[in-house]
Amino acid sequence: MLRYLLGVTRLDKIRNEQMRGTVKVEQFGDKAREARLRWFGHNHNVWHNASVYNKPFVESFEETPLLVAVLTYMGYGILTLFGYLRDFLRDWNFEKCHVAKERDEQKDFVPLYQDFENFYTRNLYMRIRDNWNRPICSVPGARMDVMERVTHDYNWTFKHTGTVLFDVINMGSYNYLGFAENSGLCANAAVEAAMKYGLGVCGTRHEIGNLDKHEELEKLVARFLGVESSMVFGMGFATNSMNIPTLAGKGCLILSDELNHASLVLGARLSGSTIRVFKHNNMQSLEKLLRDAIVHGQPRTHRPWKKILILVEGIYSMEGSIVRLPEVIALKKKYKAYLYLDEAHSIGALGPGGRGVVDYFGLDPCDVDIMMGTFTKSFGAAGGYIGGNKELIDYLRTHSHSAIYATSMSPPVAQQIITSMKCIMGEDGTTLGQERLCQLSKNTTYFRRRLQEMGFIIYGNNDSPVVPLMLYMPAKIGAFGREMLKRNIGTVVVGFPATPIIESRARFCVSAAHTKEMLDTALNAISEVGDLLQLKYSRHAWPSDEETNHFSYLDSHQD
Amino acid sequence: MIQTTKMASGQQWVLVEMVQAFYEAPAYHLILEGILILWIIRLLFSKTYKLQERSDLTEKEKEELIEEWQPEPLVPAVSNDHPSLNYDVVTGPPSHKITVNGKECINFASFNFLGLLDNERVKQKALASLKKYGVGTCGPRGFYGTFDVHLELEERLAKFMKTEEAIIYSYGFATIASAIPAYSKRGDIVFVDEAACFSIQKGLQASRSFIKYFKHNDMEDLERLLKEQELEDQKNPRKARVTRRFIVVEGLYMNTSDICPLPELVKLKYKYKVRIFLEESMSFGVLGEHGRGVTEHFGVSIDDIDLISANMENAVASIGGFCCGRSFVIDHQRLSGQGYCFSASLPPMLASAAIEALNIMEEDPEIFTILREKCKHAHKALQDIPGLKVVGEAFAPALHLQLEHSTGSRESDVRTLRSIIDYCLDRQIALTQARYLDKEERFLPPPSIRVVVTVEQTEEEIEKATSCIREAALARLE
Repeated sequence: MLRYLLGVTRLDKIRNEQMRGTVKVEQFGDKAREARLRWFGHNHNVWHNASVYNKPFVESFEETPLLVAVLTYMGYGILTLFGYLRDFLRDWNFEKCHVAKERDEQKDFVPLYQDFENFYTRNLYMRIRDNWNRPICSVPGARMDVMERVTHDYNWTFKHTGTVLFDVINMGSYNYLGFAENSGLCANAAVEAAMKYGLGVCGTRHEIGNLDKHEELEKLVARFLGVESSMVFGMGFATNSMNIPTLAGKGCLILSDELNHASLVLGARLSGSTIRVFKHNNMQSLEKLLRDAIVHGQPRTHRPWKKILILVEGIYSMEGSIVRLPEVIALKKKYKAYLYLDEAHSIGALGPGGRGVVDYFGLDPCDVDIMMGTFTKSFGAAGGYIGGNKELIDYLRTHSHSAIYATSMSPPVAQQIITSMKCIMGEDGTTLGQERLCQLSKNTTYFRRRLQEMGFIIYGNNDSPVVPLMLYMPAKIGAFGREMLKRNIGTVVVGFPATPIIESRARFCVSAAHTKEMLDTALNAISEVGDLLQLKYSRHAWPSDEETNHFSYLDSHQD
Repeated sequence: MIQTTKMASGQQWVLVEMVQAFYEAPAYHLILEGILILWIIRLLFSKTYKLQERSDLTEKEKEELIEEWQPEPLVPAVSNDHPSLNYDVVTGPPSHKITVNGKECINFASFNFLGLLDNERVKQKALASLKKYGVGTCGPRGFYGTFDVHLELEERLAKFMKTEEAIIYSYGFATIASAIPAYSKRGDIVFVDEAACFSIQKGLQASRSFIKYFKHNDMEDLERLLKEQELEDQKNPRKARVTRRFIVVEGLYMNTSDICPLPELVKLKYKYKVRIFLEESMSFGVLGEHGRGVTEHFGVSIDDIDLISANMENAVASIGGFCCGRSFVIDHQRLSGQGYCFSASLPPMLASAAIEALNIMEEDPEIFTILREKCKHAHKALQDIPGLKVVGEAFAPALHLQLEHSTGSRESDVRTLRSIIDYCLDRQIALTQARYLDKEERFLPPPSIRVVVTVEQTEEEIEKATSCIREAALARLE
């Protein structure tokens, strides 16, 4: 808040934009600027009703510069042409084919894969495959040890050289609060639990797999979230895919954000409900769907919908955007829909108390009907939860696919969550949890701000610890990942199909475990690689004097 | 030449005549014709319905509709005495001795077939791993969530099963449920046994393929369906060339505890060119001389099975699952298995526990013989209990006890079985009912008590348990 009171120029500008958005005043010369910027890109912030937010909600998705877009398409074009050429050479045995082959006995079966299915994998992904699945052999903490791999056949096979790249700065793991640790309170508690309970459970919650640890955890989760009751599950992905079908069915409508995670999409599909998709975080689109759905009812029969369920995520893991929760809740109330909020990335990572987006916006958790989240990220464990009122959880206890058919959570994993959650809540009698939350928030602001100042195009909300940096061109995906690892920094790069075809990106996950030195080392390396690969696409001017740098790191989170 | 000039002059003459007629025609005639032409044009271009007739809702009406609409409650109310609302609480490890609702019992309910759940070696290995890697992996396999222990476990599983490659999932249920839709897509055909477990059913649903159910373990019925399909294919050979077909079966069926006739299935596979997916959660680490499952049990070459999937939550007593087979098949899941790509990877300590469990299984294959002997013993001892019948093979470690005569309603059957379980719980024998989602199961199995045999149970304990069940049956079933 301090920043805003003092009035830093950039923020003034943003506030002006915000104002303009709310009162809908066309800025003089907008047209001319647009024409000029079409070739070089421009920044664009979407503002809706700012009145429901208690703090500035700054989210930017700078448009892809047209020149870059054209070059990116050309890149894919060239890769595709070469792909066909290589396929042709492989077909005629000019080039050795490394693809695993069907058994001779089954050659006359219907082919297991369509030829085109694997074209992308074979010819595009394979070239840069070394950037994914890098094996590590340490805690996935702020620094990690990466096992070195070499390939002698252009990524078709890898060999481990036996050497280890020690202390690589980890900008890839979802270790937001730094609870991925092999010593300290959490690890010790987990060791004890493993000693006492063993590792597995060998049963489902319904069939003698309901440990006292699970019940303890569920009570704690409910208290942490501020809801009546909660239930935990052994896998985050399955929490979505196996519980949404319990909540919606035939005759129900599911409204899903276009960028929702695969698990939500799968859950919605398995439920048998009608699914309609609204534009990412776009409230007009959501409201239109809601209105139309209620007014027109079900297709063909025109019967009213039994219920409408809105599926949104807290932080979108590929965009770094934060859901416009106050607006979603207003809409949900107005149209009597139910809200399913997936806090996989936001729980622990947002809000002054680490309680996710609801906490971040200062809202009442009871306004969200289904609070879902995972323990994989901020808590350094595994699994997922659903929180809500008692009726909901009782129903899940009796009807959740996961509770009846899937083995329950491993006891040391449950213990890790209990200890880390208590630490966040300050119930361990220390302020360590609070310090971690502050550190994460500081690190996020600092890291995002510095990258923007360097001239990169950074997507997402200013407060989101998920930081996507746009690469666009397919060749730069591989180059960026490799160059960063050369500089001893582990990053995640993603391209199609995880992102739209031209919006390939690198993604950093800021952690509370990162020190300023680590972030600076990483930032310097990113800047260096950015210059090398010409990644500083942004045409948006950010103030970049030393003073503001210093200022933003120290004071930005005194609000 | 002459003809053309003639024709041209003829046409010219007609045109002149027309113009002349136009001049000569009365004015009303012209007006009438003009109106007719306009009418035709109007008919051609006007819509078939009038716009005004469409009953577009006004904003006010819309608001009213929105105001009126009342959704169903998010979930129906659950009564407080719902049979599965209050779970039995286990304090301490669910191993050989288990404390259920505060009472120490002998465990006949957890799928801890080989007694590895609180095995000291497994624990030590897992603890070492925990102290090295921490608990969680903080990412999916693709993004720094691949640990050296995952690679080791995959290699070990492949070696154990004598296949080219194995892939691990972090959740048993998600294994086959992700594997099926990775291969079988819309338009493909899957032949499934009616008794297939719930995770197979969910995988099939996610695949959006055509599902054809055959009667449980009835190879004639399967062949009938395959023949039908063959006729269908002859009608449309172009479509048949791209329609993948699969048979999905379980090794030991979770719901019926009997074994699939694998040799016959393999014959049908080659006869009708269908691929076989085999789910071995109950048979992996149980059947066969070395615990490799049904393939070893029947001596079928593992290469004849296209994909084997199993979880590591039963015999292996860890968490997670795996698929194994040829690289040609398995590798595809690394980019297409949803539960593999989009989920955080298995906590390293659980992978280490599984590795150590494999070590134990490899070092001492005798353990499988012991398990089989105990199963046979239990199976025999459970025969001829009045009112209850044993369902399942003699060598199956998880048997079902069903009511010989149903009372007519599922609800009261469930209650009767629960009273038997409570009777046994009071006498220190922990049992559980096999639980299903009544409305979700494709073919709902009859209610039953699950009796799980493990290597840790002594003969006396098995005797004690069976006589206890016998007493309970006598007491509770008149």
